Amino acid sequence: MSEAVSALNKAGFDGLARVEECGLQGMITLRGDLDTRAVKSAVKAAVGVAVPGVNQVTLAGETGACWMSPDELLLLCGHADAVQTVAGLSEALAKSHHLAVNVSDARAVFRVSGPFAREVLAKLCPVDLSPGAFEPGMIRRTRMAQVPAAIWMDGADTFRVVCFRSVADYVFGILKAAADADAAVGVF
Amino acid sequence: MLILPCPYCGVDADETELTPGGEAHLTRHGPGSSDAELHDYLFARENPRGVHFERWRHSHGCGKWFHAARSTDTLEVFGTYPAQTTEPPKEICDKITGERPGWSWRIFG
Repeated sequence: MSEAVSALNKAGFDGLARVEECGLQGMITLRGDLDTRAVKSAVKAAVGVAVPGVNQVTLAGETGACWMSPDELLLLCGHADAVQTVAGLSEALAKSHHLAVNVSDARAVFRVSGPFAREVLAKLCPVDLSPGAFEPGMIRRTRMAQVPAAIWMDGADTFRVVCFRSVADYVFGILKAAADADAAVGVF
Repeated sequence: MLILPCPYCGVDADETELTPGGEAHLTRHGPGSSDAELHDYLFARENPRGVHFERWRHSHGCGKWFHAARSTDTLEVFGTYPAQTTEPPKEICDKITGERPGWSWRIFG
């Protein structure tokens, strides 16, 4: 089997904020009725966390679950575990209407960290990212310049960005431009 | 710039996060309907100055379709509500009546 490589192979950039591609990350799209016990227990068994509430993420290190829409979650797991986790979900949810797909290699993940991380992302997204309005534990699917993206916070100054793999280079480019050392605004 | 609260995920979605879906509450006339009904279904649209009901999709967010009641002249948003309905909710109609007495839009008002 060929060796898996992430979209930009952990490319990095240092400016106002540190921008780096996170490398391989297992990601599973799960669709179904999130209120049912079957889905709740299947998610718990698959990634060890509870089903997150609306616009929330429940994270435990590199695994977790992100709320994507009223009937969709993005589950995070180890890249090597994704195939097995999907198989477990399909088995656990065999009797309920659902969809579980390994999308690990169809997405790219970035980390934006540093004291200006909020500002870097606020330049690109039509979202109120001010402290208090957007905090760790929340997720927001939005538009990043011209492409869709989902963002959440790992810590006070650390954001994670998920986008489609096909636009990974574009997203890295706009993040670099927004994080240019001479481009500080200081709004937050 | 239009900002609509998405009734599904609750975020205040910027217009650029949304995809417009045209007029809301159309009744589909397909096979078996008269030519006039099909014509109106395909082509007859409101073009009001004032209260209007539209379909929008939160395409860069949760991906769901919803309805919005807004004013085309002031861009005031009276409210948004899920798409699984054939008429605007009463509280939104009441709110519009409070601000624009005598309004009407197609069969509503």
